[in-house]
Amino acid sequence: MDPRESAPSHPRPQGAAEDARPQRTLRLDVALQLLEQSGHGLPPGTPGSDAWLQALVDALVDLSSRDALTGLANRRSFELALSREIDRVARSGEPALLLVLDIDHFKRVNDTHGHAAGDLVIRAVGRALAETVRPMDLVARVGGEEFAIVLPNCPAAFGPQVAERIRMRVARQPVEIAAGEHVNVTVSVGGAFAPQWVRTTARLWMDRTDLQLYRAKSEGRNRCCLEPTAVPLVSAEEKGLLFASSTFQDLT
Amino acid sequence: MISSGTNTGACITAITSGKGGVGKTFVSANLAAALARQGERVLVLDADLGLANLDVVLNLYPKLTLHDVFTGQTKLEDAILPAPGGFSVLLAGSGMIEYSRLTPTVRDQLQEVMQHVRPRFDRVLLDTGAGISDVVLYTVSLADEVLIVATPEPTSLTDAYATIKVLATTQPRRLIRLLVNQVQRPGEGRAIRKQLQLVVDRFVNSGLDQPVMIELLGEVPFDTSVRESVIKRELLFVRAPGAPASVGIAAAATKHIAG
Repeated sequence: MDPRESAPSHPRPQGAAEDARPQRTLRLDVALQLLEQSGHGLPPGTPGSDAWLQALVDALVDLSSRDALTGLANRRSFELALSREIDRVARSGEPALLLVLDIDHFKRVNDTHGHAAGDLVIRAVGRALAETVRPMDLVARVGGEEFAIVLPNCPAAFGPQVAERIRMRVARQPVEIAAGEHVNVTVSVGGAFAPQWVRTTARLWMDRTDLQLYRAKSEGRNRCCLEPTAVPLVSAEEKGLLFASSTFQDLT
Repeated sequence: MISSGTNTGACITAITSGKGGVGKTFVSANLAAALARQGERVLVLDADLGLANLDVVLNLYPKLTLHDVFTGQTKLEDAILPAPGGFSVLLAGSGMIEYSRLTPTVRDQLQEVMQHVRPRFDRVLLDTGAGISDVVLYTVSLADEVLIVATPEPTSLTDAYATIKVLATTQPRRLIRLLVNQVQRPGEGRAIRKQLQLVVDRFVNSGLDQPVMIELLGEVPFDTSVRESVIKRELLFVRAPGAPASVGIAAAATKHIAG
């Protein structure tokens, strides 16, 4: 991610491509500068060619979907992934879990050790999250010290275990904020499953998940709270009672 | 959500069912006529944005609909029309399928519609779509009261129960009204309410701080004249006010006004 690594190998195409059509009509200086600075490097190929422009657009898309500090998905791409997952759940009925995580007492880290240490903590937590989940899961940084994870095809019975594994991973790994200096951080986790077969919205799903995070915080932090009754399905037991013969006899 | 603090106008009732085909739209339209008969200014809003059929029940095919309001082609007051039963309607119109998902825009527009109609009527009935989609849940959240229409059929009861369960766990509402349509015997509505309450108590209320209560608004007997009126596209309550189903609707209206 260090911009200096890639810059020399991709000289800026300014002079050479001065006469290429897109260079004349499109103003790409800032875009190229941004890519260079972000460590993406410049697109390969002949400047101004379709392939080059496509690579440029792809690189910009990648850049605009990542969080600069952690390299995780940012809020924008998280919301896109969430809507996609909602579409999938509505069509397939597969269970999907959304987790939101917030670093506990993060302000204390900042106040005590400074913002640079705070940044290191955010990075370390982000890395821990990314390493704990499956490749198909999407980890995003959605706010200052807040993360979200979309877990497609996650059976309801596994939800608590998954959330707990993530929480423990963060709690067990001290973060080095200076040579030989470590801090311990914990996260609170809130989670809710998407209603199966029902098309929810990103906002409703987030709201429900946030509510659980709030519960985890108010119950003392460093814990996981998942929405208790996630699936609006009627169990066989409930149906049994619903259709108990008395329903149609009790006409007193 | 419209807070009850600003509630200076109409009482808004969302009418929903879980399962389709239980007579939800029939109940909405005829209940509106019965309420109008008792002197109430009533509006029925076709909130079944995906698959509206209030127009079919009322045999009304207006040029201006909610769709025109949502797309900015007309003002809301121009789309509110008089219906045969002495009440007003706001029909969804075709092309509403794109509004069958709860986007922030749909959310805002539905809320605007509620704010506009609330001061102009005494009663607003929201004829919601079938199922438990988020649009239905959101529409219900905008209402002051919710009325679930069910029939004594097991499939309808299961869906009514599922709806109650979802409402209980996702909304702060603790009173849910029930109207049992197409009952075969007097008292069947009461028995069904009791059984639903029993299941809710055991499986839903046990996990809630405040229990959800189901109240029976009324029962409407199975009545062959309902089918005739639907086929003739006339409101039963207007065409045959003495029919058993009309009498059941009228009793529900009286109870509805009493609160």
